[in-house]
Amino acid sequence: MSVGKPLPHDAAHLHVTGAARYVDDIPAPANALSLAFGLSHVAAGTITAMDLSAVRAAPGVVAVLTAEDLPFDNDVSPSNHDEPLLATGEVHYMGQPVFMVVADSHLNARKAARLGRVEIDPRGPILSIESAMEADSRFEDGPRIWTKGDVGQALQDAPRRLQGRIEMGGQEHFYLEGHAALALPQEGGDMVVHSSTQHPTEIQHKVAEALGVPMNAVRVEVRRMGGGFGGKESQGNALAVACAVAARATGRPCRMRYDRDDDMVITGKRHDFRIDYDVGYDDTGRVLAVDFTQMTRCGWAMDLSLPVADRAMLHADNAYLLDAVRITSHRLKTNTQSATAYRGFGGPQGVLGIERVMDEVAHALGMDAADVRRRNYYRAMGDVAGGPAPRPADSPRSFPTEMKEGDIASRGSQAFDDDRAEVGVASENTTPYGMKVADFILHEMTDALLERCDYFARRDAIAQWNAENGLLKRGIAFSPVKFGISFTLTHLNQAGALVHVYQDGSVHMNHGGTEMGQGLFQKVAQVAASRFGIGVDRVKITATDTGKVPNTSATAASSGSDLNGMAVQAACDTIRDRIAACLAELHQCSAEDVRFADGRVRVGGEDMSFTRAVQTAYENRVSLSATGFYKTPDLAWDRIKGQGRPFFYFAQGAAVTEVVIDTLTGENRILRTDILHDAGASLNPGLDIGQVEGGYVQGAGWLTTEELVWDDKGRLTTHAPSTYKIPACSDRPGVFNVDLWDQPNPAQTVYRSKAVGEPPFMLGISAHLALSDACAACGPAYPDLQAPATAEEVLRAVTRARG
Amino acid sequence: MQTLTVNGNNLEVDAEPDTPLLWVLREQLGLTGTKYGCGVAACGACTVHIDGMPVRSCQVQLQDVRPEETITTIEGLSPDLSHPIQQAWLELDVPQCGYCQSGQIMAAAAFLKDYPDPTDEDIKAGMTNLCRCGTYNRIKAGIKRAAELS
Ligand code: FES
Ligand code: FES
Repeated sequence: MSVGKPLPHDAAHLHVTGAARYVDDIPAPANALSLAFGLSHVAAGTITAMDLSAVRAAPGVVAVLTAEDLPFDNDVSPSNHDEPLLATGEVHYMGQPVFMVVADSHLNARKAARLGRVEIDPRGPILSIESAMEADSRFEDGPRIWTKGDVGQALQDAPRRLQGRIEMGGQEHFYLEGHAALALPQEGGDMVVHSSTQHPTEIQHKVAEALGVPMNAVRVEVRRMGGGFGGKESQGNALAVACAVAARATGRPCRMRYDRDDDMVITGKRHDFRIDYDVGYDDTGRVLAVDFTQMTRCGWAMDLSLPVADRAMLHADNAYLLDAVRITSHRLKTNTQSATAYRGFGGPQGVLGIERVMDEVAHALGMDAADVRRRNYYRAMGDVAGGPAPRPADSPRSFPTEMKEGDIASRGSQAFDDDRAEVGVASENTTPYGMKVADFILHEMTDALLERCDYFARRDAIAQWNAENGLLKRGIAFSPVKFGISFTLTHLNQAGALVHVYQDGSVHMNHGGTEMGQGLFQKVAQVAASRFGIGVDRVKITATDTGKVPNTSATAASSGSDLNGMAVQAACDTIRDRIAACLAELHQCSAEDVRFADGRVRVGGEDMSFTRAVQTAYENRVSLSATGFYKTPDLAWDRIKGQGRPFFYFAQGAAVTEVVIDTLTGENRILRTDILHDAGASLNPGLDIGQVEGGYVQGAGWLTTEELVWDDKGRLTTHAPSTYKIPACSDRPGVFNVDLWDQPNPAQTVYRSKAVGEPPFMLGISAHLALSDACAACGPAYPDLQAPATAEEVLRAVTRARG
Repeated sequence: MQTLTVNGNNLEVDAEPDTPLLWVLREQLGLTGTKYGCGVAACGACTVHIDGMPVRSCQVQLQDVRPEETITTIEGLSPDLSHPIQQAWLELDVPQCGYCQSGQIMAAAAFLKDYPDPTDEDIKAGMTNLCRCGTYNRIKAGIKRAAELS
């Protein structure tokens, strides 16, 4: 059976020969045109005049379009219809597309776009958290507040108390392949779009709206992305829609790709957060109450900010059982890029908040921080009475008679979801949102990891080393992650698949998930091969295509293989059962006695090749094509109350990082990282370990070198790789040990595996905590390290620690 | 018109003399294995060899390349996947999204010539291409494996 084997990525051969095709590699017809946007140079204001004559006259220019030239919907928002493709009168951030140029080459389009004269009457932009709070500039009417227990009382009664604040910066996705799209006009006004997107259905929907056609007139195809990380969940809409509109206007194929600086200036990034905390705790390190205030800059448009901020709230507990907690979340509207999905989707920000609390409590008590963490853990899986959480009662659903404003296939549409599930609140081992934690395995994982990496002995050795060294200081830290798996907008937890078996026994497989490097296609192919008992080499993985599988959810929330693996399994089983029934009838035996294994099919006393079995079924007029469908069971969630069971299960992980800092320059290095990560019964340990390594590196990057800076006019000054530093080979931990905790998922997932895309990102938090530990070695005070911990910030923290 | 020697072929190209070699390869010659990542010499996705030396082709203008200089792209690194770097990359399944990997492989192939038996420190210093998927652990292991294979 191919499931569980570390088989290579499906495109491994293509990747090492340069033959793997990305959107901008697709040969376009010779008459294809290229697009570029003209951008706003002001962060907030009113357009008073536009002179585009020089643009029109520039070499190679075929057309120049503004908002007025768009015949139908001028909108690329995945949620609120608040994101015009081209600005209409007002501009809301520096970098907002105002007009678009269609030219005979990318270079000509780009050069011409610079010639536009756009006069804007500027307004004072709202850029910071302070100014947004002051102006009450926000999404939703007021803050979202969820509570569990009596926080005020518990804080008052607690023997010890501390307050603090952590600021954490955003993060540029920096997918190595920037955004790109290609639109090919078809007969009768139809459109085919190739897009580097995690959400083909979203692209299809927005293109259809912009062309004034039904969705059945638009087909979107995605073979692969050169990285997505959430940045291609909604941010590709603009390019795809622009190409489709221009293709329709000119009757010619149109393509567009952002140059790197445009990509950084135009598109949204991870949400930056400020988290204030007020904590009550006791002498043993047990946290008795926490009051969190989370503030985030969402940028100018709603995009996916509401579910992102929700997920930050949903992860404010991380791995810790909090009896009294209040989480207040402010979603602030600012004149900056519209912050969007990024690996973890708010989860990392929420987790960093509580990890910071644990760190400061441990420091205040002079205790080991790993011990404080373990003391506050949820109770272990075996210790929770009653097993897994009960299935919530189905509540009556409302069926809207017409489509609501907004996009129902997008995570952003939950602002409009009026589905109110009734859920009972479990009483013990529950999260702040009332979900019972019945699958907590971090006690065992933590013991195993700390033992494996010799944590306590190394801690002592580091303390010794620090006592002997003045200039360099080392630090070590442990951090866990417990990450909820499922889209919090319940109806997105569905997937479809289409499988054909041909007469020669080869299999053609398609599903709604997209491949961005995570190895989804190979994992799902392994599932298909295992269902038929054949080698994975006989399964053809084909590009995601809205014409084959409709109404797909974004490949996001780590859900790709959970959802699509199950859908493919269902489709394969349908075909396999049909073949089995046919053979059973011919051999006068029961269908259950037909066995598919090792490329053979055994029935009665006979043993035939899979191909022969398929041919027999074909000759007996059996359909060898099927769709499959899956929806995640047992979910019920009320986001307004903050109550329910939003997640099917929790994926967990644990990391220990050791660092060294230079106390004169603040420069720092990761010396060693040890990780134990829970991928359930891994579908493919090779690919999963790759995700864990990459997630950790990206998470550590977010909290160390990656700093986004805007000036007081709202200009993003870090819009090039020279000023924005993502981790390089030299930032890789000197020693980097990654193991999987290979235990089956108690929840009934595909082959009992667990999702792995996002959770390991949060293991990078251990790097930030280790830096805090190293700074703390410089003096008696709490270093109060902020994020990102750039060299300058480490220096400041060293100074603070010295008191 | 200018003549270039690419992957053993003499090819005529017609482009502005200041066109970056990257775009000549991708758009004139259809060699799309070489990727654009930043255009400012910072990421290495566009790495090719000129006379065996690794260069970031987004920074080389067409007019800077002489006809007798031989350009090798990922498509021409080996005819049959036999280069030790390609072999090691396959064995260890280095690429994730794959987008940076043509550049990584070309950089690693050149690096291996200078450092046939590299240490971790050599790799840290010598491999400066960016990978957002964070495949650095396997890039290091891949180079070491390739050193064994060659
Ligand atoms: S594209 Fe040439 S170095 Fe990035
Ligand atoms: S493999 Fe994706 S950028 Fe390197």
